[in-house]
Amino acid sequence: MSALDHGALDHIGVAPILLPLVAGVAMLLLGERRRPLKVVLNLASTLGLVALAWLLLERAATGAVDVYRLGDWPAPFGIVLVADRLAALMLLVTALLASAALPFALARWHSAGVHFHPLFQFLLMGLNGAFLTGDLFNLFVFFEVLLVASYGLALHGSGRTRVQAGLHYIAVNLAASALFLLGVSLLYGVTGTLNMADLATRIPLVAPAERPLLEAGAALLGIAFLVKAACWPLGFWLPSTYAAASAPVAALFAVMSKVGIYAIVRLWPLLFGAGSGASALFGADWLLWGGVATVAYGTLGVLASQDLARLAGYSVLVSSGTLLAVTATADANALGAALYYLATSTFALGAFFLLVELAERGRHAGADILAVTREAFGEDEGLPPPDEEVGVAIPATMAILGLAFLACALLIAGLPPLSGFIGKFALLDALFDPHGYAADGIAPTAWLLLALLLLSSLAALVALTRAGLRTFWIPLGRSVPRVRIIEMAPVALLLLLCVALTVQAGPALRYLRATAQALHAPQAYIGGVLAPAAEAR
Amino acid sequence: MEILVALAIGVLVGSGVWLMLRPRTFQVIVGLSLLSYAVNLFIFAMGRLSVAAAPVLDAGADAAQLADPVPQSLVLTAIVIGFATTALFLVVLLASRGLAGTDHVDGREPHA
Repeated sequence: MSALDHGALDHIGVAPILLPLVAGVAMLLLGERRRPLKVVLNLASTLGLVALAWLLLERAATGAVDVYRLGDWPAPFGIVLVADRLAALMLLVTALLASAALPFALARWHSAGVHFHPLFQFLLMGLNGAFLTGDLFNLFVFFEVLLVASYGLALHGSGRTRVQAGLHYIAVNLAASALFLLGVSLLYGVTGTLNMADLATRIPLVAPAERPLLEAGAALLGIAFLVKAACWPLGFWLPSTYAAASAPVAALFAVMSKVGIYAIVRLWPLLFGAGSGASALFGADWLLWGGVATVAYGTLGVLASQDLARLAGYSVLVSSGTLLAVTATADANALGAALYYLATSTFALGAFFLLVELAERGRHAGADILAVTREAFGEDEGLPPPDEEVGVAIPATMAILGLAFLACALLIAGLPPLSGFIGKFALLDALFDPHGYAADGIAPTAWLLLALLLLSSLAALVALTRAGLRTFWIPLGRSVPRVRIIEMAPVALLLLLCVALTVQAGPALRYLRATAQALHAPQAYIGGVLAPAAEAR
Repeated sequence: MEILVALAIGVLVGSGVWLMLRPRTFQVIVGLSLLSYAVNLFIFAMGRLSVAAAPVLDAGADAAQLADPVPQSLVLTAIVIGFATTALFLVVLLASRGLAGTDHVDGREPHA
């Protein structure tokens, strides 16, 4: 395809999976004692993933679909990894979020339990694999890899609340995995293939008598994805799990609920797009109303939340619901804007989860949680006393925390001047102008989504203002939390990424619109995957 | 044979779902296990039920007479993953029992 295609760069498609795998296994072999070495390995691997993701993004931006055939078997028979625009985008978002969550964890959280570093890498491996894989069964395998790692990370630091929330989280996800398998095997039974591109070519040809079975399989698969995306009424597990998880883990989880969204955004236009025969747009109403209900429920939750971590959890629901509802409109421009919103809200929520822990630290100093941790892991595995912690404390703590909180609030509520506003504005613009100015009137769905987006933004603004007042202005005799540079820098990094997205909104939106168009007209994807191996060389 | 396999899967799913909705963690884990057995049987059945079909290893056999190898490999993977996740759930279950002092899924007795 290009001059880069020879030598080591041939294998760049599989590198985002192999790098965290190798790093994770190496850290397991190192054992519990050699923490500094693991820190270095983890940092190197995470930063390496950022570089890899950027390289893949630059290649994908030309419109090329990078297909990596494992064992060089041709596509419908062998396993393929596909790096197109969407996959590269998700890889980059994940890697950037991870490179912010990791330094934050290094300040104190990574020593609150065992195996933090290997689990962190395995989670990244599962995420990267899920974004890259080109067939349904490997999607299941990578989902399980990332879920198993996330079970471990959700419980990191132990304590009663975490174990309780983790128990519910694991039970819900195991049930969802069963549905996932049922859906995959039904699709295989009807079409005889698991390769996504091959499925897309075979679904229009399925006989009418087999169609109910096919749609049942697709619906089961969809339910499994909606559980991961925390669609109402399948998402009650999310706020309590995210609120209970330790801050760096919760920040990383901000991209995990987006994996379900990714699977729907990838598969639904591919398998049930406008050109897929009798089953075209199958389930669009379910996606739309599921998204609407999720936003409504999330908005109520945001207003009702008393503590900041739960507020952040419900904000994740609002962002998931918005993305689902917009995906259901099956409009390429709206989807492009939605992907911009996805990147922004992932960074903003990641920053918010980190910030919550810093802001709450002054209130109860995390003493109750840390005490339980120390009890559960024994003295030597517990956290070091405060004066031995890593890094230098920053001055003017409250002012800086307040500023960061303000930026997060602007991003989550979608107010100018940051990228949250641009994301929501681009969304509404695309919804109201699907085919040029008022060519066929404005769809009722557009009005519904307009009301929904504005109301959820208003609710977020009200709730965040109230929470901000209560955290930063009202307390009189509160102690100023000790915040280290290494903890504040990740928050700043994520907020700066949002600023970068604001400044570079033009190129970013162009890339994302091209992504959405390629998703809705998947011929290049299908052709790239199914091309005979010799031709692709 | 189809009706027998279908009934077996149905009974497993029914009991699995019922147990999963019970309030004790041990019932939930047994329910999840039954559900995963049912799913494994279901995947296997999706390769069509056949008696004495040759494995795909047989060189020179008529391709139409071979058993479908894909569901077989899928079910193996699913069994391994299901086994691992069940073990993991068991650990969390025990941790929850130890920390909360009760085996209720919510960590406390409903009337307490």
